[in-house]
Amino acid sequence: MQEELQFGFPILTFLTFFPFLGAMVIWALKDQDLIRKSVLGIASLEMVVASLMLWRFVPETAAMQFAERHEWIPFLGISYHLAVDGISVLFVGLNAFLILLLVLYAWDTVHARPKAFYMCLLGMEATMMGIFVSIDLILFFVFWELMLIPSYFLIKLWGPGEQRQYAALKYVLYTLLGSVFMLVGFCLLSLNYFEAKQVYSFDLLDLLAVQIPLSQQLLIFWLVFLGLAFKAPIFPFHSWLPDALVQGPIPMSVMLAGIKLGTYGFLRFSFPLLPDASQHATVVAILMTLGLAAIVYGAIVAIIQPDFRRLLVFSSISHLGFVVVGMFALNFQGIQGSLITMINLGFSTAGLFFLAGFIYERLGHNDVRRYSGLAKKMPLLATFMLIIGMASIGLPGTNGFIGEFLILLGVFQAWWLYGAIAVTGIIFAAAYFLWFYERSIFGPLKDSVPAAIKDLNSREWAIGVALSVMIFWIGIYPSPFLRMVNGSVQEVVDRLHPGMATAQQHESLLSTEVTRN
Amino acid sequence: MFDLLVLLIPLFPLLAVLVNGLLGSRYSHDMAGRLAFGSVGLSFLCVLGVFVSILGDPTPREVIAYSWIFGGDLSINLAFLIDPLSVIMLLVVTGVGFLIHVYSVGYMHGEEGFTRFFTYMNLFMVSMLLLVMGNNYVVLFIGWEGVGLCSYLLIGYYYEKVSAGKAATKAFVVNRIGDAGFLLAIFLIFSHFGTLDYTAVMAKASTLSTEMATAISLCLLVGAIGKSAQLPLYTWLPDAMEGPTPVSALIHAATMVTAGVYMVVRNHVIFDMAPMALATVGIVGGVTALFAATIGLVQNDIKRVLAYSTVSQLGYMFLACGVGAYTAAIFHLMTHAFFKALLFLSAGSVIHALGGEQDIRKMGGLHDKIPTTYRVFLIGTLAIAGIPPLAGFWSKDEIMAHAFVHGYYHLYLLAAVGAFLTSFYMFRLTYLTFYGSSRVDPHVAHHIHESPSVMTIPLVILAGLALFGGFLGVPPEHGWFHGFLHDVATPLGAEAHEVGWGMLLGLMSVAIAIALGGWGLAHYMYAMRPQMADEWAAKSPRAYTTILNKYYVDEIYDFLIVEFFKKVGMLLDWFDRQILDRFVIGIGKGTDISAAAITWTEKHVIYAGLNVVGYSNHLLSWSWRKIQSGMVHHYAAIIVIGLALLIHLVLVWFVGSSAADMSIR
Repeated sequence: MQEELQFGFPILTFLTFFPFLGAMVIWALKDQDLIRKSVLGIASLEMVVASLMLWRFVPETAAMQFAERHEWIPFLGISYHLAVDGISVLFVGLNAFLILLLVLYAWDTVHARPKAFYMCLLGMEATMMGIFVSIDLILFFVFWELMLIPSYFLIKLWGPGEQRQYAALKYVLYTLLGSVFMLVGFCLLSLNYFEAKQVYSFDLLDLLAVQIPLSQQLLIFWLVFLGLAFKAPIFPFHSWLPDALVQGPIPMSVMLAGIKLGTYGFLRFSFPLLPDASQHATVVAILMTLGLAAIVYGAIVAIIQPDFRRLLVFSSISHLGFVVVGMFALNFQGIQGSLITMINLGFSTAGLFFLAGFIYERLGHNDVRRYSGLAKKMPLLATFMLIIGMASIGLPGTNGFIGEFLILLGVFQAWWLYGAIAVTGIIFAAAYFLWFYERSIFGPLKDSVPAAIKDLNSREWAIGVALSVMIFWIGIYPSPFLRMVNGSVQEVVDRLHPGMATAQQHESLLSTEVTRN
Repeated sequence: MFDLLVLLIPLFPLLAVLVNGLLGSRYSHDMAGRLAFGSVGLSFLCVLGVFVSILGDPTPREVIAYSWIFGGDLSINLAFLIDPLSVIMLLVVTGVGFLIHVYSVGYMHGEEGFTRFFTYMNLFMVSMLLLVMGNNYVVLFIGWEGVGLCSYLLIGYYYEKVSAGKAATKAFVVNRIGDAGFLLAIFLIFSHFGTLDYTAVMAKASTLSTEMATAISLCLLVGAIGKSAQLPLYTWLPDAMEGPTPVSALIHAATMVTAGVYMVVRNHVIFDMAPMALATVGIVGGVTALFAATIGLVQNDIKRVLAYSTVSQLGYMFLACGVGAYTAAIFHLMTHAFFKALLFLSAGSVIHALGGEQDIRKMGGLHDKIPTTYRVFLIGTLAIAGIPPLAGFWSKDEIMAHAFVHGYYHLYLLAAVGAFLTSFYMFRLTYLTFYGSSRVDPHVAHHIHESPSVMTIPLVILAGLALFGGFLGVPPEHGWFHGFLHDVATPLGAEAHEVGWGMLLGLMSVAIAIALGGWGLAHYMYAMRPQMADEWAAKSPRAYTTILNKYYVDEIYDFLIVEFFKKVGMLLDWFDRQILDRFVIGIGKGTDISAAAITWTEKHVIYAGLNVVGYSNHLLSWSWRKIQSGMVHHYAAIIVIGLALLIHLVLVWFVGSSAADMSIR
């Protein structure tokens, strides 16, 4: 049973419901300018409180922190239980960060129904917060589903694409379908608990205390897997992603590409609750195959995309492949790396979607073939594109390297052949990003680029700077971030390999090779 | 004090990057230029301080800045290792770097992107310094990819030129292939040693099996081949000449491309345990040295000749590593930095004088129009051709002699033929550029002028180094240079090969004869009978065009690799849209049809029965319309409430019934 640390103020409840409250307040407002200013205030305050929470977070421990627990539906063992640990804490900060930037982004780019737009955005923030701070499985599930509502409307009402209705419906139905399986999985977990303790519980910390036989673990694993894999999305369940991210508005793309709910679920629930299933040979082989396929497939498909946002979608699929193989390396570096990478994608891939939005605002299309020589007209955009792009392809000194390096190191130690295959991903990544950069940012200025376009305005500049600061901070001095996650990563590793000292966890490839010889 | 000095070395250029990068547009170009070369100059002074300290006490010293990546059993510091090897590299990088920065202020004068240029150049210096100073493989890797990025940015400096953009992408992507190999080597090393610090790895290197040492060495070699433009990954370097000439001098001749050699020497303990890998290094180097030299024979672009020459000279350094002459490799690295930087910069001076002309067919007779440039270029040519007592002679001769004495006759042969060709193509270049009748475009001819002193002074200093730098390594294998590097670059288990002076003098005479032979042939073909080259080309047109087109290697790679992956990409994209997505849509359609069937049943069967209560229905629909207000928040509220209810119901039903189930059991 994990230790729990209390905090004098229900800070997680505040973080979750303050944006809801904010959305209600916005509803009552009439003046457009007042609305966006209030939203900026709400998002800023949320960011401040989230930063406070990060600052008071005790690093290097697996303890659940800022815990709050109240009964909700006692006869089913469902409680209102909030807490964060090293697995989830950074996501809370990332969520607040991205929403704040999106408010800046939307400032004068959303003209249609701004009030409703901001309400959806705040609804999104609240539900995502709920997902990351929930320790109770049902509470988690409620937020998981609620998140679809603002997403649906964001895609359907503010998407620039012709097929936004279709995309919105596809996204919602696809993920709903997955969640049904996940819910069944959760219920099975609770039933198993009932068998052992004669009471129901959906509380993660309770459920961790009971053993589950392997066959059941496998069943639950695959049920939960469907929910997570559809949401993540893990190759080959990704076919809603291109539609949602290309047809939907930029803020939706930023959130979906930047915050990796699906893969978070593996670390939050699957690994700790189902350790035997998670390292079952078949499971690992399947997940590794899917992950490696995603890395290579996503990157190769990204190379030839003529649509910038579609290119980013496949880049995102490729990156998610890295996250998956990192997790299923099942060792410290792999899991640590995939956790850091999930956070990184919130700055790099999401950042590139911001930039795609900046370009779209000026040119009105995403067609790379009609971009050319943008550096001439927009040197600031070119600079941010370079910084964020380099983070995306994992250049040392940026955050991307820290995550990818740890993942590859972890995978290589676990299965060197998988590691060697995954490494090819960095070559393809360089190919698709740099070819894009060559064709759009470099090159002569073409007629297809209007002469009147201007470089980034101050709000766009602020977004670029904020993302760059995070990219370099994590890249150059990742210590605070690593310290925050390390305790919980160790806990997950210990649950996967109980009774194994850290040093012996990964048998060195070489010594096995030598003995075989 | 020592630690501070070490930390300041990369910090000065880093500071200049930040100031010029963020505020550069606020002040004049002159200011930005001064800041740029000033920071490198300060770094150089710090390096001198470190050098003096190491001269006094050559024990390696580590300086830890902070803990960078850690967790579990992994711990990587941002830390530096100062030993004779890294000090030599630091001297070359900051010394030659400083001169090139000064030169660039004149060369880039009046360019629109002046500040951008110097920001990239300083960023390059930071990366290169991390590369040679790091005390572990990951810090080396920061520098390794960092220099690649700067190389990319500077090749693409004239980004409006399509060819520049293409060359930049090519350089980065080809380098990344090497980087992937290097990463694998890092992982192998960590798997075996559990650490990535050089000192710890080298101390435990004797525990490696031959197979493992070979695997690590070959992976490292892939990285080195990419960065140092060896066969088969050399194709990016000639294209990299799209960058401004000082970039070619600094990055693509003197420093970055030698990183592969540095890395091999740094890891020589591992290579020494893998004879097969070491042999591969030697073969790669020897074949590249000869292969690139043949292409250099017929190129008509002054910078391209020098580019192939660089590939070829790097081949000599690899060859040196392959025969265990690590000191000679670093020695040649240093002298090459002097004379190749000199050649590129004086070529830049020629290009500057001719207003951007790079084609040697449109030069000729320039020796009296730009005399300083001519003299320093000639010194560079003599040095690279191996005419004693200039720098190139000593280092190249040492490599060849070492190969011969240790019985690597096949490598000696490759190197000797390569040396002859080197001498020939360099003097060909000199004759075509500076002698004979002027073929300069008349519009350009009356503008020809000698470069300003900010450019010529660095040239003269470099010429001095190319003239006298070789004496650091005299006598061969026993010079000051060898003594200084003895502890860090002596191969494992090297038995003392005491070679007689007669043998050494004999080999020297052969080397001199080869160099003079190349010169003589060039003199005959381009000074005495200028039409002869064309006659030869006309006589065997197929051979000539093949070499002129660089054996079509670029075209072959393009067809086999680039186009192949584009095709695969198209195919997978089709698969994604047509198969995967269709499959999902198909499932959706299926659901739709069943839903339609249910709706039909509802409408025509159930509602028919309910028609009786039609009026109440009417009332209901009115209230329904009220709710369907088209306002998003109404929808949202309804869905929230509905979903909450639904979840409640599902839970009670599902859990309740299963519980009932269980109680029965």
